[in-house]
Amino acid sequence: MIHILKIVTQRFALGLLTLFAISLIITFGVELLPGDLAEAILGQGATPETVKVFRTELGLDKPAHLRYLSWLYGMATGDMGVSLANKREISELIGIRLSNTIFLGGFAAAISIPLALFLGILAALYRNTLYDRVVNTFTLTSISFPEFFVAYILILFFAIKLGWFPGISNVSTNLSLGDKLYRSMLPAATLTLVVVAHMMRMTRAAIINLLASPYIEMVRLKGISPMKIILRHALPNALAPIVNVVAINLAYLVVGVVIVEVVFVYPGLGQLMVDSVSKRDIPVVQACSMIFASVYILLNLSADIISIVTNPRLLHPR
Amino acid sequence: MSIGFCRSTHAPLAPQRRCKIEKPILKIQGLRIENLAGEVLVDNANIELMPGEILGLIGESGAGKSTIGLAAMSYARAGCKITRGHIEIDGVQVRDLSAKGRAQFRGRRIAYVAQSAAASFNPAHRIMDQICEMPVHHGVLTHAEAEAWAVEMFRTLELPDPDNFGARYPHQVSGGQLQRAMAIMAISAHPDIVVFDEPTTALDVTTQIEVLLLIKKMIRDYNIAALYITHDLAVVAQIADRILVLQSGKMVELDTTANILHAPKATYTKELVEDRQTSDVFREKLLKSEREVILDASNIIAHYGDFRVLNDVSITVAKGETVAIVGESGSGKTSLARVMVGLTQLTSGSLTFMGSTLAPSLKNRSRDDLRKIQLIYQQPDVALNPRQTVGEIIGRPIMFYFNRSDAEITDRTAQLLHQVGLPEDYMNRYSTALSGGQKQRVCIARALAAEPTLIICDEPTSALDQLVAEDILKLLQQLQDDMGLSYLVITHDLGIVRRIAHRTAILLGGEIVANGPTGDIFKPPFHTYTEKLLQSVPELRETWLEEIIYKRSA
Repeated sequence: MIHILKIVTQRFALGLLTLFAISLIITFGVELLPGDLAEAILGQGATPETVKVFRTELGLDKPAHLRYLSWLYGMATGDMGVSLANKREISELIGIRLSNTIFLGGFAAAISIPLALFLGILAALYRNTLYDRVVNTFTLTSISFPEFFVAYILILFFAIKLGWFPGISNVSTNLSLGDKLYRSMLPAATLTLVVVAHMMRMTRAAIINLLASPYIEMVRLKGISPMKIILRHALPNALAPIVNVVAINLAYLVVGVVIVEVVFVYPGLGQLMVDSVSKRDIPVVQACSMIFASVYILLNLSADIISIVTNPRLLHPR
Repeated sequence: MSIGFCRSTHAPLAPQRRCKIEKPILKIQGLRIENLAGEVLVDNANIELMPGEILGLIGESGAGKSTIGLAAMSYARAGCKITRGHIEIDGVQVRDLSAKGRAQFRGRRIAYVAQSAAASFNPAHRIMDQICEMPVHHGVLTHAEAEAWAVEMFRTLELPDPDNFGARYPHQVSGGQLQRAMAIMAISAHPDIVVFDEPTTALDVTTQIEVLLLIKKMIRDYNIAALYITHDLAVVAQIADRILVLQSGKMVELDTTANILHAPKATYTKELVEDRQTSDVFREKLLKSEREVILDASNIIAHYGDFRVLNDVSITVAKGETVAIVGESGSGKTSLARVMVGLTQLTSGSLTFMGSTLAPSLKNRSRDDLRKIQLIYQQPDVALNPRQTVGEIIGRPIMFYFNRSDAEITDRTAQLLHQVGLPEDYMNRYSTALSGGQKQRVCIARALAAEPTLIICDEPTSALDQLVAEDILKLLQQLQDDMGLSYLVITHDLGIVRRIAHRTAILLGGEIVANGPTGDIFKPPFHTYTEKLLQSVPELRETWLEEIIYKRSA
């Protein structure tokens, strides 16, 4: 156990280091953009004097590294700062949108992960059959189309022609869970179609890869049924690569949903970030980026931990 | 063509083992197995196995032994197909059954013991769960009953801490223990037949004998019929009632063990027996005069991390001399070779080669030092780049060390191929098109291309079949006589040592426990470990194992 705690602590420390590096890259990356918030708000007609006064008021006249350090101190003490554009607390601004994004991502994950594993395991069991080919073709097709296209196709059929689900997903906090699920059905379906192919194909490949190994031959010679061979003997050994792909796709569900959010006018974090970049509202961009980066790092960290915990060689050293 | 044989040679048998007229439990007729390209792997195999009888299948790799063994379970590996023949288990034509019907036979009526237990146990599950899986699946025992039975077996087979042995994962136990666990797994559903596929080949001699004893005991106690597949005639002689000799997928000879050993009819069988007999004979081989010492390793200590793999090892090799380093896996013999070529850095001690000190690390050695010490590896398959032709493989060191013109390289390559007994036109072939023995010859030619003084041979024949191995040893011998090469041979096979080594050093736990002329090492008084090693090597006498059982019980 101590061995594993050590590995986990190491990974965690590395994650924090990565987060720090990302914060640097984001801050100075945004700094390189031409123009700033003062110019963006005051517009082209502003005189240099008014711009200067406004900058002093916003604190933008201080050198970049000092602003970064005070921001970093704030982050470390749990204070995300205030938005430059509308003076609201960033934590308040982000809070509700983050929970919306996580709700949508979680909903899509709850559909796509079991579906991908199920399809992948069946594809491995019935490999090179008609079923295998149909599933592969279908999932590949759905991943090959751009997300907005898939989204509009779904809207066309399920919102307009059939009228089963709303085409605009305006969820708010006072809705019941059922209503929220109903309204976010189409964005969740879109995301599912986009991520399921990757996970399903990895599940299939990881399992098939193991089927040639001597211990699988041994189990066959023990007379065990094919389904049991795959579920009990191949899957546990194939978990590490599958979990890693699932983690990447989960991260994508949280971080990469901007386009889907825009199409369905879903009030999530991605939209907020895009707006803030165009307004040069650096503190908000920084906060969003840090959240996205943390999600990525945390998910990959959990994938690592699951890989370790499911590998007896690491869990039970000699 | 085959006749059922009823065994009555072993004295203390259970009552049900007495001879009576019985039907064969396994009957294979006209079996033909092809690969996907349509090449015939096994042709017209006919086998009858009586209940409780043990049939040994012997032959070189590619002879179709394992293929027949698996076919008895109506199983063909990927890329192979059973195209013709009947397989009958206890009166049922197994090939006529559905996939599900065949699965009901596997494990329940006929079980399998594989060569490598380490690869055949699922790394993700505990040993106990894997042993209990089969009887529970086939409805022979409940999980609790199976567990109780397994613990009993662990105890009988003297596995450490029998009550908790099953709770371990496969990587937590040694190879010999795992091999025993696999034998237990095979009989867990009380099958009538067990197919043993080279069950002791991957083990050290000292471990092999333990596993052999156990297999023999188990077969007796449970009245199991067995197909015992091996390439070692001496091993099969201890176990089998009858022996089937196979060559390139065809049956060469099928007879009782005694007849095969003492009155072989087919030429091929005669060769096999003769070759195995010569390996039992010592070769009293001494250098004619005191020769100049070319390699002097003294007081070598080396570590892997904190673990000390070599402890104060000293060894010398003289010009034209063959020195063997013998030990089981984990004894540090490969580490010693790695230290000598500079792949593993020594912690202390010194290496002197032809009068000057060798740098401990490969990086700091001069090109000439590198040239003079060459290596031949255990697995020629892996040691040759499959994307290069034989000419490129051999030509590369000529280019690298001597910087010759293309025409000179071609000439020299042809000459080297001739020296190792391969035709010149092999130059344009890829190594993948060669057999194991031919590949090892290419490896030797590549080593010779550097015109070395010393060749380190790391288990040079252990991946090869008996007769091929014999040829390779002869070639090494002849090259030494012609060119005055020195060899440092690392091996666990005492047969090789007896045939080619002038001097022998025995390694145990990173220390040299015996070192001297080969004849003296294997003559009494022995070091206790040397004696144990010697006694563990199977001998061709059928009674060898019985004698050991007798000695131990006495």
